[in-house]
Amino acid sequence: MSLLQAIDVAKSYAGHKALDKVSIDVEQQSIFGLLGPNGAGKTTLIRIINMILAKDSGEIFLEGKKMTPSHTQFIGYLPEERGLYKKMKVGEQALYLAQLKGMPKQEAYTKLKEWFDKFDISSWWHKKVEELSKGMQQKVQFIVTVIHQPKLLIFDEPFSGFDPINVNLLKEEILKLRAEGATIIFSTHNMASVEELCDHIALINNSKVILSGEINEIINRFKANIFEITYKSPKELLLDKEGFTVLSTNRTNGTFNSRIKITGSGSPNELLHAIMPQAEITSYREVLPSINDIFIQEVNNAQHE
Amino acid sequence: MKKKSFIIMTILGPLLMAATIILPAFLADWSEATKKRVAVLDETGWFHEKFKDQDNITFYYIYDDLETSKENAIHEKGDLLLYIPRTQLNIPVNAQLYSTIQPGLNVTTYIRTVMKKEIENRKLLASGIDPEVIKSAKTNINLTTYRIEEGGVEKKSNTEVEVGLSIFAGIMIYFFIFMFGAQVLKGVMEEKSSRIVEVIISSVKPFQLMMGKIVGIALVGLTQFFLWIVLTALFLGIFQSGLFGGSIPENLAQWDQSGQVIEQSIQTENIGLDKLELVKEIIDGINFRVMIFSFIFYFLGGFLLYASLFAAIGGAVDQDADTQQFMLPVSIPLIFSVMMTGVIINQPDSSLSMWLSFIPFTSPVTMMMRIPFGVPLWQIWTSAVLLILGFIATTWLAAKIYRTGILMYGKKVSYAEIWKWLKNK
Repeated sequence: MSLLQAIDVAKSYAGHKALDKVSIDVEQQSIFGLLGPNGAGKTTLIRIINMILAKDSGEIFLEGKKMTPSHTQFIGYLPEERGLYKKMKVGEQALYLAQLKGMPKQEAYTKLKEWFDKFDISSWWHKKVEELSKGMQQKVQFIVTVIHQPKLLIFDEPFSGFDPINVNLLKEEILKLRAEGATIIFSTHNMASVEELCDHIALINNSKVILSGEINEIINRFKANIFEITYKSPKELLLDKEGFTVLSTNRTNGTFNSRIKITGSGSPNELLHAIMPQAEITSYREVLPSINDIFIQEVNNAQHE
Repeated sequence: MKKKSFIIMTILGPLLMAATIILPAFLADWSEATKKRVAVLDETGWFHEKFKDQDNITFYYIYDDLETSKENAIHEKGDLLLYIPRTQLNIPVNAQLYSTIQPGLNVTTYIRTVMKKEIENRKLLASGIDPEVIKSAKTNINLTTYRIEEGGVEKKSNTEVEVGLSIFAGIMIYFFIFMFGAQVLKGVMEEKSSRIVEVIISSVKPFQLMMGKIVGIALVGLTQFFLWIVLTALFLGIFQSGLFGGSIPENLAQWDQSGQVIEQSIQTENIGLDKLELVKEIIDGINFRVMIFSFIFYFLGGFLLYASLFAAIGGAVDQDADTQQFMLPVSIPLIFSVMMTGVIINQPDSSLSMWLSFIPFTSPVTMMMRIPFGVPLWQIWTSAVLLILGFIATTWLAAKIYRTGILMYGKKVSYAEIWKWLKNK
């Protein structure tokens, strides 16, 4: 069942089309990656979902119901351009922002204490925000985004400004939130984290969705039947024959590493059969395209059209 | 966040106000506290015994030559020496005052007055006129003006009082709009530059955020206004009893309970008491309920009008430096209305004054200036309705600019750009 559906959403600013009939479907309790180059329209779409911007046309449904401003309570949003009131104390501010999302004060206080303990930042409660480093502020921002246990979480570039240790901490928390029932939309340029976290993706380029679907299905769709084989042998094997094309071969001492594209009648097993009698195989695997490759390829293709 | 500065301003404001009222009187008293002695060396003999001892000045006469007198009076006794030399025309219009210290304005003024009077008297006598005749011919005119209100009620009015009140009210409105308008601007810019604004508007609408800020600061302004009035009165009370041992100096006696100072000339010798009575009567005549009510209305109306424009500027610009080009055109009508003070208090009923008090951009200041003089009810209503329409219009415009502006980063805005935002749905 889908938690959020956007159907043919369009938006233009003074002559410039920011979104052109964009549709996405975010399944309940999944992580949805929104990818795209800068200026593609990701932030506009996110702002429309948050009711910050009004759409020109199209529909947005949350749990099957048309979105209304009151639904923003069920959304937690961490914008790309984010900040806090600098002169305000951390705890005071977190409480204020939680209450702004409709939490009762006492509950907000208890929950915040839990989160502050979890992130090991309880000692910051009475500090002013301006005394905190950027990374520290990001932690506080993450907490205030998730504090009211929203059904839908929207993170725009959540990892920017974090060190690798905190990135991992954040990833764990995001996965935990999904396990607890939250649905997450997640916009980023960090492709490694997309592969690691996302269940579905949509690639937006030039205000249009040019690719969307389940992540493994997309990777399969884009795989080029290339296999990488490592074997030990005194000399390089001659594998160029019907159905196989050797793309490259590297030699290190007595070990060869070849990338072979299987074409036409060939199959991965046939390739194995062909090599096995002649050399000792140490590894054999299919080379799958990374989301990064797909992203670059698709964006380039779209621009050439 | 702004708690500290609010408290400081709340206490400091009235302290300053009380101080500006009290201090001149106090300083004047204090600086004259040292007694001065003046030795008079009068070669003409015209002024013998004419200089009478004053509060802080005593006179004595000497008959030595100038050098000896200087030696004795100034260097030995440390007094002042007034030397009136004999002149060719036999009219001693020149005099010299020697001293090692600054003689002080009251000393020179007194000497000048006495000499002038004496010479005039002698001249009159020489032309055969008895100075007593002139004296008896001098008359003091007390012109009491009455304003006939609708329904035929006569009210004693006094233009001096009204002018004072008028300027005070106009400047206060101007000051409050600017001071708290600047706070709105600062607040909006802070939210934008710290990038918290997008987090907030994912929970509340941009319009709500903007209006919340404006209304919040308006309430802070009103609170501060009331606290100022109360505290100023309080501080004045403390100052008076503390510094003057309970006795109220002459020029403070006209302090009335509502917090207005009535200017009055120093010549209270003959008519002082009458005038005090008169002032009291006039104060009773001023409708303070109308004054306070209209102050609150015009402060709120003017503030909402200007603060929404300030909020739009704060939302549109990215850096402090860019605010200037937008602040200027917005502030000009406000500054202009203060510059019109002279015109309005001279002719509060002229058609220029009337139109200025209709235009929403100038009406808060100019109408407050006119109200102490009495304004026809229909004009107040027209001005009030126009002001309400005015701030609805500016708020509507401002909301559009604000909504688009707060999410625009790193872009230098121009008027053309803002025009585009206004056309956006």
